Amino acid sequence: MIETVFKPEIKKQAEAIMARYETKRASILEILRLVQESCGYVSTEAEEAVAELLEIPAIDVHEVVTFYTLFYRKPKCKTRLNVCRTLTCALAGGDRILDHLEKKHGLRPGEAREDGSVSLQTVECLGACEIAPMMQLNDSEYIGPLTPEKIDQVLERK
Amino acid sequence: MEKLISKYFVTGKTFGMDEYLADGGYEAARKAFEGFDPKGLIEEVKKSNLRGLGGAGFPAGMKWSFIPQNTGKPVYLVVNADEGEPGTFKDKYILNHVPHLLIEGMIIAAYANQVHKAYVYIRGEYVGPHRTLVRAVEEAYAKGFLGKDIFGKGYALDIVVHRGAGAYICGEETGLLESLEGKKGFPRLKPPFPAVVGLFNCPTVINNVETLSYLRFILERGADWFSKLGSEKNGGMRLFSVSGHVKKPGVYELPLGIPLKDIIYDHADGIRDDRKLKAVVPGGLSAAILTPDEIEVGMDFDQLRAKKTMAGSAGVIVMDETTCMLKALLVTMRFYAHESCGQCSPCREGTSWVYRILKRISKGRGRSQDIKNLLDICSFMGGTTICALADGAAMPLRSYPEKFKEEFEHHIQNGKCDSPDCPIAEDLVTA
Repeated sequence: MIETVFKPEIKKQAEAIMARYETKRASILEILRLVQESCGYVSTEAEEAVAELLEIPAIDVHEVVTFYTLFYRKPKCKTRLNVCRTLTCALAGGDRILDHLEKKHGLRPGEAREDGSVSLQTVECLGACEIAPMMQLNDSEYIGPLTPEKIDQVLERK
Repeated sequence: MEKLISKYFVTGKTFGMDEYLADGGYEAARKAFEGFDPKGLIEEVKKSNLRGLGGAGFPAGMKWSFIPQNTGKPVYLVVNADEGEPGTFKDKYILNHVPHLLIEGMIIAAYANQVHKAYVYIRGEYVGPHRTLVRAVEEAYAKGFLGKDIFGKGYALDIVVHRGAGAYICGEETGLLESLEGKKGFPRLKPPFPAVVGLFNCPTVINNVETLSYLRFILERGADWFSKLGSEKNGGMRLFSVSGHVKKPGVYELPLGIPLKDIIYDHADGIRDDRKLKAVVPGGLSAAILTPDEIEVGMDFDQLRAKKTMAGSAGVIVMDETTCMLKALLVTMRFYAHESCGQCSPCREGTSWVYRILKRISKGRGRSQDIKNLLDICSFMGGTTICALADGAAMPLRSYPEKFKEEFEHHIQNGKCDSPDCPIAEDLVTA
């Protein structure tokens, strides 16, 4: 089990990460991120492999994976829009952006296109209220202030 | 007005090691070793009246003085860079533009508290800031400012940069420690406080990015100078994140105690389209809102507390006259319902109950007892839980219907108000 998730190169990286911490368990968020980067998401099998690596019960890993929002538990879409819905973005017309995503692009919060190309999620404050309304694209780039045109450009970009 | 931290906030630019050194960087950290013993350094920071700028406003020097040095256990320094209080985005600017200012502050704090290992807990969504900080830490190791023998003074300090994974509750300092130990971020019952039993059961200093970033200036120009920049017992300046219906949203570094009115009208250039102000969140989403007749208030920890709100994280969110206050509160309470960690019943049940009531009102099915029920829920949520998340929900929750009673009653009776945001989009309510 552990060998299929932690192939030699990944295992080496995992060991380097674990060495920074006082306990093996403390490295779990970074280890899960490494697994997610190499496998695309964190499967039940991957949770068990992480449990074996860190020498903790599998349920503890499962608890961590499900507590935090940045872990994917199934394969992720190629283009992922995380649109902020908290107060400043709402004041700046964030719901009009969501409306546009639904009417023009057929995307509703929490849903993905059937072909796995695009997913839309609403998220809480990302710490970029100065560019409200805003979103995070593919778990990395911050984009804002959003307009319907900017949304169209991003979706055409892929 | 002179800028300290924010003079480095040049759009598109990060001050790397060479540029930071050319601007006198790391001289203050060197001075800390040469001019002070650890106790003297803590006294200097106490004298500066530097407050904890993450939100709690606890005097930084006093926090340090609670660290026991004789337990035989290592002392850890943990930097809270899990910036998540809605309306707050200033730590991101420090990390993006001048990460060495934080590292220099960490060296000073580490020496004062005899720390040899420090962690920076940065929110997982801050991908760019994380990358920038990691690069800066590598530069500092390469120069010998971190590692086994920093500045050749025989003092060892290691920094580990650690990423969170998306949970507001991990900004709460004991939730952060649990998370850093590899668990879900359930806050801990206090006492014992982290100063005595913190990370890995060892004494732990936890400071915010901004708090540590001011240490360089205190060392450079003295505690008295710094203290006098602010108001009584609120030393120095702080970074106000201003957003919402203002012409110029952004980060403004201003003295503690500056009137809220000046921040909105002089610095952020007033309300968009010159509309009228309706309400302001003065210190991050968890602060009670203020009305236009309250904006003369001085923005420091003590004056805002006297107004029954809080300085918090200095996230100022401005709402103009077109705002539907029911929608604003609904969005606010949806946040707490989503972010409650679920450990304590009053918070877990209370936040989602409040959200359900507000959703029902927004759909035109308000009931006459709703406002009373909301205020009753506030009373049982506040002060009854392990951490302050429920208090942070109760504070705005109480302030909206108290300060905009007629508007809430109107909503309950008529189902909607005259705001262009009303009725509230179905998307927003169901999402």
